[in-house]
Amino acid sequence: MDDLKQELKENIVEQLNLEDIAVEDIDDNDMLFGDGLGLDSIDALELIVMLDKNYGIKLTDPKEGRAIFESIDVMAKYIFENRTK
Amino acid sequence: MNSKYHITSFCNIKNNTVSLNGSVIYNDENNDFLEFIKAAYKSFETDYAKFFKMDALSKLAFLAADVLLKNEDLNQEEENNIAIVFSNKASSIDTDRKHQKSIQDKEDYFPSPAVFVYTLPNICIGEISIKYKLFSENSFFIFDAFNAQHLFDYTNSLLATDKTEKVLCGWVELDGDHYEAFLYLVTKKGLTTHNKQNILKLYNT
Repeated sequence: MDDLKQELKENIVEQLNLEDIAVEDIDDNDMLFGDGLGLDSIDALELIVMLDKNYGIKLTDPKEGRAIFESIDVMAKYIFENRTK
Repeated sequence: MNSKYHITSFCNIKNNTVSLNGSVIYNDENNDFLEFIKAAYKSFETDYAKFFKMDALSKLAFLAADVLLKNEDLNQEEENNIAIVFSNKASSIDTDRKHQKSIQDKEDYFPSPAVFVYTLPNICIGEISIKYKLFSENSFFIFDAFNAQHLFDYTNSLLATDKTEKVLCGWVELDGDHYEAFLYLVTKKGLTTHNKQNILKLYNT
């Protein structure tokens, strides 16, 4: 699980172009949206694509992402339980 | 034809150089556009994390506008009555190609929303408007080449009809390795008369 969390942090920083944020600065329980990393609605869509592309998880309702993308910890657990690749 | 308006400042970005009012304010030897524009952005100490998420055309337009508008002492907490009139030849072709590449292969079909949102040239106007709270008129024209006459006429019309107090206008072109930005600010006061001859002179600076 720790490897998955690290992988998620690296992918988020790289794919969402978070130039001013280092992987090691992201805590497993940091809020990804709002006051945490400050991700926006386009980032949420990018995360949905990332779930599909990297882990074979298709979210048909973008609203599902609201709960899944709460933090790295929550996201990693969801991926661990639902991944198809 | 002369007008009663004036060009108060202008910015050129081309050939690895950023110039403000004809003076070089940043230069490096990096031939890669994205590396160059990132280094230039960092050198100006503009704290705006969204810059890194923009496509190449928006980065070019944003930086040129930022260099100009920083000089204007605008109140960034209030709405600023500045219209934007931009133009180019390549539209958003650079980002269009990236998007096309991501949907080319049906077996590897993962279009990026963050790329797709930039598949229109006028999105760069939105980026500038958000940063500087500009809610006034804006237009983006596509021409075969820099069209000083059209920019002159359109800008005069906006000012003459009191649609705006100032106009940020010019040319932001990006296609592959080729990039060029020339933006200038037209107002009711200033030293350089706003006319076609002066626009062309500053464009060729």
